[in-house]
Amino acid sequence: MDSQSSLFGEEAVSTVPGRKTNTRVAKPVKAAESEARKSAAKQAAARGAKRTKRTKGSKGNKGNKGATKAHELAASAREISVSEFFAKNRHLLGFDSKRKALLTTVKEAVDNALDACEEAGILPDITVRIAPIKNKEDTFRVTVGDNGPGILEEQIELVFAKLLYGSKFHRLRQSRGQQGIGISAAGMYGQMTTGAPVTITSRIGSKHPAVRVKVRIDTTKNAPVRVRRDELEEWPLDHGTEVSIDLVGKHHRGRGSVEEYLGQVAVANPHVTIAYWAPDEKKPRLHDRATRKQPVQAKEIKPHPYGVELGTLMKMMKSTRSSRLAAFLQADFSRVSKKVADEICALAKIDPGARVRSLEHKSAEAVHLAIPKVKIMSPPTDCLSPIGEPLIQAGLQKEIGEAEFFVSRTRSPAVYRGNPFQIEVGVALGGDLNADSPVRLMRFANRVPLQHQPGACAITKAVTQVDWKGYGLQQPRGALPVGPVIFMVHIASAWVPFTSESKEAVASYSEILKELKLALQECGRHMQRFLNKRRRVADELKKRGYIDKYIPHIGQALRDILELDDKQTDKILIELRETLERSRKL
Amino acid sequence: MAVRKRSPKQNAAKKPARKTVTDATDKHTIGCIDQTARMVYDKVLEKAYPELRSPIRSLSNVGYDKQVGYLKLGGAVKTRTLSVNTVKSFAQALKVMHLSKEMIEQDTFATKREAYYVSKNWDDAKFNEQPESDTVMDDIEAMFSMHGVSREQLRFYPEEHGGAVAGKLVVIDRDPVSGKEIRIDCTQFGTGAYTIPHSVEHLGFETKAKFVLAIETGGMFQRLQAHGFWDTANCIIVSMSGVPTRATRRFIRRLSEAQKIPVYAFVDCDPYGISNIYRTLKVGSGNTAHLNQFFCVPHAKFLGVTPYDIDDYELPTHKLLDVDVKRARDALKNDPFFQAHKPWKAAIEKLIKGGVRAEQQALAKWGLNYVIDEYLPEKLKNTKAFLP
Repeated sequence: MDSQSSLFGEEAVSTVPGRKTNTRVAKPVKAAESEARKSAAKQAAARGAKRTKRTKGSKGNKGNKGATKAHELAASAREISVSEFFAKNRHLLGFDSKRKALLTTVKEAVDNALDACEEAGILPDITVRIAPIKNKEDTFRVTVGDNGPGILEEQIELVFAKLLYGSKFHRLRQSRGQQGIGISAAGMYGQMTTGAPVTITSRIGSKHPAVRVKVRIDTTKNAPVRVRRDELEEWPLDHGTEVSIDLVGKHHRGRGSVEEYLGQVAVANPHVTIAYWAPDEKKPRLHDRATRKQPVQAKEIKPHPYGVELGTLMKMMKSTRSSRLAAFLQADFSRVSKKVADEICALAKIDPGARVRSLEHKSAEAVHLAIPKVKIMSPPTDCLSPIGEPLIQAGLQKEIGEAEFFVSRTRSPAVYRGNPFQIEVGVALGGDLNADSPVRLMRFANRVPLQHQPGACAITKAVTQVDWKGYGLQQPRGALPVGPVIFMVHIASAWVPFTSESKEAVASYSEILKELKLALQECGRHMQRFLNKRRRVADELKKRGYIDKYIPHIGQALRDILELDDKQTDKILIELRETLERSRKL
Repeated sequence: MAVRKRSPKQNAAKKPARKTVTDATDKHTIGCIDQTARMVYDKVLEKAYPELRSPIRSLSNVGYDKQVGYLKLGGAVKTRTLSVNTVKSFAQALKVMHLSKEMIEQDTFATKREAYYVSKNWDDAKFNEQPESDTVMDDIEAMFSMHGVSREQLRFYPEEHGGAVAGKLVVIDRDPVSGKEIRIDCTQFGTGAYTIPHSVEHLGFETKAKFVLAIETGGMFQRLQAHGFWDTANCIIVSMSGVPTRATRRFIRRLSEAQKIPVYAFVDCDPYGISNIYRTLKVGSGNTAHLNQFFCVPHAKFLGVTPYDIDDYELPTHKLLDVDVKRARDALKNDPFFQAHKPWKAAIEKLIKGGVRAEQQALAKWGLNYVIDEYLPEKLKNTKAFLP
């Protein structure tokens, strides 16, 4: 949570870094001050000589007593909008290449659609269309539709055209999206590359008309601008939303493609039906749902004290509705009883009845230090919604097709840094899968497929760290095992620790790694049992083959040595076969 | 491939006519083969699992028997019961036994390599690599050794031939083609020598020599032969060229037993000469303990060069290498033969303590003919003093 607020919330939005440095260093020794100024000046110079010149010119009077270097620099500082920031740093959100941009756009739209449907308790029907735009190279129109609850007209623009607007950021609950950046970032990318606005059509019920809005994003103000509004008389769905974005991208198949992504979505979300029209294809690829059972709605929870950071704690202390410290701890955190709250206060040497809003930085620090020393119950786990063992298998089965063996495991919830999480693993083995290449690993976080940066991900790390030789698979040192196997690994958490904003890899917390390995090993044991049995059966068949192959030679040799007649020889063969087969059981 | 393959029937048609087996040894061998096959046959009819039994061929099952005078297999027996796992090697063992019987009846033989190629006619039962056929043959060899039948008697001959022989001996052999008796006079080879054949079972001997001298190196053999030592000393000299082959050992054994004459070994004074060459000649080797009853010369004695000779004859020496010392210590510690003979223990300990070795040819220090004129005659005067 904090990484977001520091990146988009305070520093970047309010000021240019240079100025901040100056105010902060202004207090201590003079030498340091001048040092800091020099470096700031250098930074300013590097930023662009043009702007500096203009500043100088506008001031005009060099000799003026009040005009210091600081004044000069201050004049060049101005607010930057989040959208502007994104425009320059689009790689952070997964728009660094044409291929990836197309995938990320589909992904953000599908994630939003699924979250919306599930929250409304609707079985999702998702449509995805990628159509090339005529006469423009590498340009596509991506259209994603759902049968969700629809969006109120006044919110449409905010949802799709304002960054950091969302319902999911401020709560602790398992959902696909977290930050409210994704879909508007996709819209912004489209607008930047094609100049076209985003088109959203939404209907909230059969008695309401469907509304189609075209929205543009004012990147300097981070504000939506409505370009056009239509009411549609006919729309095929009673309720639902459809978003359409024109963008420059590149379509491909195979690894990291939209096709693969949707296939994996279907694996981890067996209750979803997806229809996908690839570019230049008339018929859609259909992923039918395997169950009509909705995933259990994850509950929202308050943060657990073990996971809270000092800055967050201070912010919470300022904004709480409680007035006393002990009451604040009980009300705003999960699993804090009166006893626990008193214990924390005692260890921090602060009166539990102290007015929480007037506590100083020092006291907040004392509270923060006291928390880990108190034994607090693990956070409640009803904020998690695992897929479940039967549905993991159902999902794998319907998307992979032929495999000889399936196994799945859902671990009990565990906790990292006060955040509950849960690991699930599914394994498919044999059948049409390739036996000589590394296993296929499908990674999921909150049911969303992770397709990039496998090497940086805790899931990949856990799979490579398990010793698969013990479970009957070959494994080169420090690499994925080799064999006809697909692993699907899912981490469900109210707050999945991603290594970056583009949500491509899970961070390697030791608690997470441990749970991942345990789940994989459990599946490994089942897999090994299956492999052993298969090997035994194959051995047995081979050995039975031996009987047919070699018994005639024994008969022949005995005939030749003992000069037996044909009748005697035949009798030997029959008896021998009976005796040997008696000894075998299959 | 299939086109060129000959069916077993065609093969059988080309077989030479069976001869009537008259030789007593051959009859015994065939009897053993038949008996083994019969046992298998009876078990099958009883609906029981047939078995093949052979002594365990590992060092743990080897001991030195002072009574018989060679390294002997212990009583441990390995039973191979016919099961699905052993059905292939079981079939192959019976096939090899049949091959052996056929060869005796046709009075022919096969080397191990040839036997391996013969198996190529056996379809699925054929051997893919020679080590497979060697293992099966070793098992059969061990199995029949329990009945006093050697591999040569089963008509599987080793590749290597024996050493060279010269001296007052007539070997009675037969022409391999016509079967006519041939008398070979070992005094009549001039500067050459008679070569011991692969199989010596059928040989007869006539000699008036007083002893057999088994020599380690070809160089020493040449010197003794060039100066007619066998004539002056009235003996038979045999060159072993290192560790004696099976044929050489068997030849010396049969010769000395048939004619009741002693055997003296004349080798280098170093751990290899003592614990490998002499030990193998006298009591056989641990690896092939099942063969030792045929392939050793238990009454052989050690003429020299002894560790004491190094001092007595002031021989030039070389330092013992680490491997030599290791070999000597190993002999003291693990070899049941040396452990059973105190004089040998003392001699080897002296060798290790002295830290040097001497070769046979070191005697040339005193003159090239010193060995003939002085050393050997002097030694032969007191044969009782020879190391056992």
